[in-house]
Amino acid sequence: MPVEVSEAQVHEIVERWQRSESFVIEMLQDVQHEARHLPRSALEQISREVGVPMTRLYHLATFFKAFSLEPRGEHMVQVCVGSACHVKGAPRLVHACERHLGIKSGETTADGKFSLEPVRCLGCCGLAAVLTIDDELHGHVTSANVERLLKRFQKQEKKAEVT
Amino acid sequence: MAVKRLHLMVCAGTGCVSNKSMEVKAALETEIEKHGLAAEVDVIPTGCNGFCGVGPILLVQPDGIFYQQLRPRDIPHLVEEHLLKGRPVQRHLYTPPGEKGTIPLMSDIPFFHAQVLIALRNRGMIDPEKIEDYIAREGYQAAAKALTTMSPQEVLDVVKASGLRGRGGGGFPTGIKWESTKRAPSENGTRWVICNADEGDPGAFMDRSIIEGDPHSVLEGMIIGAYAIGATRGFIYVRQEYPLALKRFMIALNQARESGLLGEDILGTGFSFDIEVHRGAGAFVCGESTALMASLEGNVGEPRAKYIHTVERGLWNMPSCLNNVETWANVPPIILHGAEWFTQLGTGDVSENPWGGSKGTKVFSLAGKINNTGLVEVPMGITLREIVFDIGGGIANGKRLKSVQTGGPSGGCLPEELLDLEVDFDTLTAAGSMMGSGGMLVMDEDDCMVDFARFYIDFLMAESCGKCTPCREGLRNMNMILQRICDGKGQEGDIELLEEISACMIDAALCALGTSAPNPVLSTIKYFREEYEEHIREGKCRAGVCKALITYKVDADKCSGCTLCARACPVNAITGETKKLHVIDPNVCDRCGACYDACTFDAIIRV
Ligand SMILES: Cc1cc2nc3c(=O)[nH]c(=O)nc-3n(C[C@H](O)[C@H](O)[C@H](O)COP(=O)(O)O)c2cc1C
Repeated sequence: MPVEVSEAQVHEIVERWQRSESFVIEMLQDVQHEARHLPRSALEQISREVGVPMTRLYHLATFFKAFSLEPRGEHMVQVCVGSACHVKGAPRLVHACERHLGIKSGETTADGKFSLEPVRCLGCCGLAAVLTIDDELHGHVTSANVERLLKRFQKQEKKAEVT
Repeated sequence: MAVKRLHLMVCAGTGCVSNKSMEVKAALETEIEKHGLAAEVDVIPTGCNGFCGVGPILLVQPDGIFYQQLRPRDIPHLVEEHLLKGRPVQRHLYTPPGEKGTIPLMSDIPFFHAQVLIALRNRGMIDPEKIEDYIAREGYQAAAKALTTMSPQEVLDVVKASGLRGRGGGGFPTGIKWESTKRAPSENGTRWVICNADEGDPGAFMDRSIIEGDPHSVLEGMIIGAYAIGATRGFIYVRQEYPLALKRFMIALNQARESGLLGEDILGTGFSFDIEVHRGAGAFVCGESTALMASLEGNVGEPRAKYIHTVERGLWNMPSCLNNVETWANVPPIILHGAEWFTQLGTGDVSENPWGGSKGTKVFSLAGKINNTGLVEVPMGITLREIVFDIGGGIANGKRLKSVQTGGPSGGCLPEELLDLEVDFDTLTAAGSMMGSGGMLVMDEDDCMVDFARFYIDFLMAESCGKCTPCREGLRNMNMILQRICDGKGQEGDIELLEEISACMIDAALCALGTSAPNPVLSTIKYFREEYEEHIREGKCRAGVCKALITYKVDADKCSGCTLCARACPVNAITGETKKLHVIDPNVCDRCGACYDACTFDAIIRV
């Protein structure tokens, strides 16, 4: 999976948001979505085409959690560490994910497959503790059953790659 | 559309969907097709029912039979029994915790029984992606009434008289905010209304549920507000963690435009108004009014000082009225049924002074160590005890309640002695907590109050924008002190130091993130001081949470020798043979707690 975005794509994104300054956050989101990070070249192009300074784009890129300057993994494992999940064992859950993936929270596996991120409240407190693997939400997860969950996902992922 | 005999309302809220309610829905459709019932029975996906803990949920209407925890494989039997033979299936009905008898009717279930639905009036009743469903339940009648039979001033007067106060946290009287925006000078007459759908409070999910379940209720509120204020454009700021909410808003906006409820010359009244949606990018502070507006302009979400109010100079320096999702959703029923109807519910008297009470209802998200987790809408003035024990069904697993946390990171932890507190904006503030956006987290004896204060300070430290020194440095230092207390390295005087830093932040921080940040610390010191002292003086965490102060042990009476814990242990600290007592080697154990979660006999204890 490439972590790049072409000049034409960036141009298309800028046009999608009518070159409007008040939509630069949306533009950055779309670039992040395409390239799983914000490449410098894309920021420079947005700066040029919309007419906002690079300092401002870097300010935005480092202020909001949705953005990263380094490529994120192909798959995101987001562990909710909100208050309801905290009391239902989220700290132990994070630890178990770190152990299983062999990385610390906030890092990406060496093969670029997985990133592990703690997030503050996914708004499903009734199901605490929760985590998401990409778009799929799992409730009532504990450090004891998370390994199975991750393994199953990794297996499916391998299968999908082969076919 | 032909009227069907039965409507099967499948909950399609985020919680139920993650519990595979869409597969349940597919199974229902297959079975209905198979039995040739398609002409009589309709399957409808609805918004969140609020009782997320027992999902997936299916409500059979018009009978009101409530099914819970359904799996796709339960469906063939259920369709045959209930739909063909007319016999509700006992084992999928709700049984209250600790009881034997089932409760078939939704309206009889204690969780729903004590609720009064205004903001959540359509929950579980409509397909949120169909404007016709919303209209069928009085939808857009209030907008039509306001625009065609009332003057803007009359609309404003009703909202003022209703005593509605902001549901986003501050409890500011909505009518007054609208009036100030309306009166604020604007050279070209531009005014904005804005909907705060950033919902960043960990532990709160009512806004998400309202948007996902009934997006038109928010749009209708905004149309009415814009008309009263004289705004021509509205903005919605949704947090990016809520993709489904965003999608539902987009669908609703298009439908409203197609129906002539948004755009030029709405309902032929000459009033024009439209709404655009922006996505947040993951920053708690962007829920704060000035930070939100900065972010809408495409800047980083740093708050500014508010000696100039946003109602006068907000977004692009124009008069801007920002209200929360739940606040907007309350507006249509108030216009339709009148201020008097609304003021019948709630506390105090708002006829002279808009701050004199809290009227209407509030949606709370109940979570934590409670039997019934989910969303509840209750009249203001209900006691914490009623919420926790009557609606919430009490504490899970036979444990004892320790504290109820309200208001998220800006709120505080209340002790058991305050359970009879009548919940409203002012009583909660007086007790050292806050209504906040309505998060309500119940904690039991296994939760450490020092750890919990540290948790919130950690959160706030990470989310502080760093612009003002009291907040940035205050949180960093509080975090350091709390961390060392949790690590068993606390010192005499640490509690006083926390109080001193708090006082400084309350006085000097730029925005409410900083001024309310000390609340979790101050309230836990106030009500649970002995836990702090135990940590500092005795190196003891009575709840068994603070890693540095506990050891994991196996309870010899409960251990069955099932080997689950030994297999879960990542550092091989647990030894023992099958069917024999297991032992944890404290020198090897890294206290990760994997064995604690793995054990199904409660045999792992923390001392
Ligand atoms: C740090 C911080 C975060 C906030 N987050 C939210 C939020 O997520 N949603 C919200 O409606 N209000 C939030 N508020 C409150 C808003 O500043 C504002 O008071 C509210 O949206 C006004 O709407 P209301 O009067 O209808 O409550 C936050 C305030 C602060 C200080």
